[in-house]
Amino acid sequence: MGVPITYNIRNLVERKATTLMTAVGIGLTVAVLVTALSLVAGLKSVFAGSGDPKQVLVLRKGVDAELSSTVTGEAYQIIRRMPGIATTAAHEPMVSPEGLTVINLPSVDSPAGMNVTVRGLLPIGLAMRTIQIQQGQMFQPGLRQVVVGDSVARRYPDARIGRQIRFGKGLWDVVGVFKAGDSAAGSEIWAGLDQLRGDFEQQGGSNSLLVRLNSASQIPEFSKAIADDQRLGTSVIGEKAYYASMTSSGAPLEVLGFAVAIIMAVGSAFAATNTMYAAVARRSREIGTLRAIGFGRWSILQSFMLESIFLALIGGVLGVLITLPINGLTTGVGSFSTFSEVAFRFKVGFWAIAGGLAFAVLIGAMGGFLPAWAASKKGIIAAMREG
Amino acid sequence: MVRLASLIFRNVFRNRRRSLLTLASTAVSLALLSLLLALYQGFFYGDDVSPSQALRMVTRHRVSLTQSLPASHQPRIAQVPGVAKLSAWSWFQGVYKEPKNFFARFAVDPDTIFDIHQDWIVPHDQLEAFKRDRTGCAIGQKIADDYKIKLGDRVTIVGDIYPVTLELKVDAIYQHPPQTECLVFHREYLTELLPKTYTSRDSVGTYLILAQTADQVPGISRAIDTMFDNSPYPTRTESEKEFGRSFLAFLGNIKLFLAAVCAAVTFTILLVSANTVSMAVRERTRETAILRTLGFTPAEILQMVVGESMLISLSGGIIGIGIGWLLATGLTVVAGGFGFRGLKWQAGLVVLVMAILVGFLASLVPAVIASRKNVVESLRFTG
Repeated sequence: MGVPITYNIRNLVERKATTLMTAVGIGLTVAVLVTALSLVAGLKSVFAGSGDPKQVLVLRKGVDAELSSTVTGEAYQIIRRMPGIATTAAHEPMVSPEGLTVINLPSVDSPAGMNVTVRGLLPIGLAMRTIQIQQGQMFQPGLRQVVVGDSVARRYPDARIGRQIRFGKGLWDVVGVFKAGDSAAGSEIWAGLDQLRGDFEQQGGSNSLLVRLNSASQIPEFSKAIADDQRLGTSVIGEKAYYASMTSSGAPLEVLGFAVAIIMAVGSAFAATNTMYAAVARRSREIGTLRAIGFGRWSILQSFMLESIFLALIGGVLGVLITLPINGLTTGVGSFSTFSEVAFRFKVGFWAIAGGLAFAVLIGAMGGFLPAWAASKKGIIAAMREG
Repeated sequence: MVRLASLIFRNVFRNRRRSLLTLASTAVSLALLSLLLALYQGFFYGDDVSPSQALRMVTRHRVSLTQSLPASHQPRIAQVPGVAKLSAWSWFQGVYKEPKNFFARFAVDPDTIFDIHQDWIVPHDQLEAFKRDRTGCAIGQKIADDYKIKLGDRVTIVGDIYPVTLELKVDAIYQHPPQTECLVFHREYLTELLPKTYTSRDSVGTYLILAQTADQVPGISRAIDTMFDNSPYPTRTESEKEFGRSFLAFLGNIKLFLAAVCAAVTFTILLVSANTVSMAVRERTRETAILRTLGFTPAEILQMVVGESMLISLSGGIIGIGIGWLLATGLTVVAGGFGFRGLKWQAGLVVLVMAILVGFLASLVPAVIASRKNVVESLRFTG
């Protein structure tokens, strides 16, 4: 039979100050881990929300990022006529040539400047995307106008509606803010492709083609057709897969966060051990009594382990509470494949919280084991004499 | 205080397990703190890595690094007073065998590049061979080691940004202690390979500049940027260090992250130490009362408790800084590109001061409680 858990809870309450100090220490450790987990969750959801399973990107062969890719005008004309491509109501094939450039603007996080992707689109490219204009209006093709993603509008003071941005051959008016759900598009600036091409003297070519197929199952067949056509010099990657590969841009912060949390956990586990040893020492007589009235060594071990885990769990809950305010906060990381920033929100979701609490249990178990072991090893008579 | 020293020592060694656990806990946390502070210092307050770095500057397109500058900027920059040497510095990227084989590849002016990168040490005959050989390249020792490349080997780099394939011969292998992974080759070779119709055939990614003296750097930067203010290709000229730092923004809001974690770690150590001290004080309630009856003043009791706490945290600090130094040295390999060069004495000093402060602050409340306790009541204490 086990020692009732209320015994442990009462003991934790009895030593309020010690319990709280140990728990807050563990809580801060858990908070660091939950922050790292919610960062990764937020970044993942941005990239998971990007791309359409039926769409593929056509890039130059051997290139894995839009920015370093070029697709010629001839290739575009050939690909447009390939079978399997979805069409609009007006029977226009859904093939969108896209031009990319990167501009540097001061952001709220780095006043010295951070890179933002500017994407040039034709009307078909806009038609293939689901966005809402939140403020202002869509750019007019042929005018020096841009619309900015909602994250860009929030994070870059120079890219707010009504302002002008300088790149290419001069100034561009910011005429609208668009919302693209939780996707990478929210971190982009969009302009008319022809206007953008004119500024960068690229005749006819583009960086990439975004193609929508009739169904996702056609992707392998389409990829093969593109790869087999020697004239094109291009290759195909699924749009979903393309964005999924970018999740690694959060890796430096993620690794740093995990490393810090683990080192802190070692420190917190030592502290928990200390607290539990003190608890065992103070309650030596009680342990002797418990043994005398029939509780076995195993029950004592279990009881102190539970107490330690419970103590750590209090810390875990505190840690989660500390991190709750960061839920939904926007931050950004740079991606070396787009060479620009992608904004995302921290997501203190189920897995981040569960991960944090599990981490707390682990700290409690590691910290509590030795003291619990020592408690269970005490002889009845010796324990009664102590203290 | 001196009279109390032996008592303090005995108290520390009395409950060895507790002192050791506290020591371990503070040491681990302070090791982490020194690592984080080292990163912070390296990223935001880093010194110049070498004397020649202080002289190096980078000119890029004002809009962003991805936009190139015309070759016609070169003679104009060369004429700016204070500019000693100048080279094109164009990011080629490309793929060597497989995309995962990543090291930097730049198209440069072979005649000046080693004058500008004075910290790249190369044998004279190899340098001359590199300058003469139009399809030659020079690589860092680390690249040579990692990919088992020898002098005279052929290296093929398939272009991605540029639609060309470079067939290079390794003419020189340079030594550079921070282990820059960088391959440089003749810019003229790239221009020749590019088709005549290629729009940016005659353009340059960035210009690398060597100033005559370090105090001329800000002036040169201003002079160049003003000169191209009204050009269709305006520039931004920064010191190499500032230029490197601009990549830090890619890691996200690292400044806030580091500051927040440092605060969390410090607070945790404070709690751990305070907890230990209060546990010790509580256990010694009776004994403290006996000391009082023997004539120890409350001030002496206070000093004893504070002294014990500071002794443990200071030892933890010293061990922590040692571990932190080792970790930071290991991290130099990863974060070296951002100007990180391990744990410097300034960061170590901050950690040491923190350790002392934490030891002091953590013990203050328990120490005051212990010194003020009623003697008679304490003698009755059985807990």
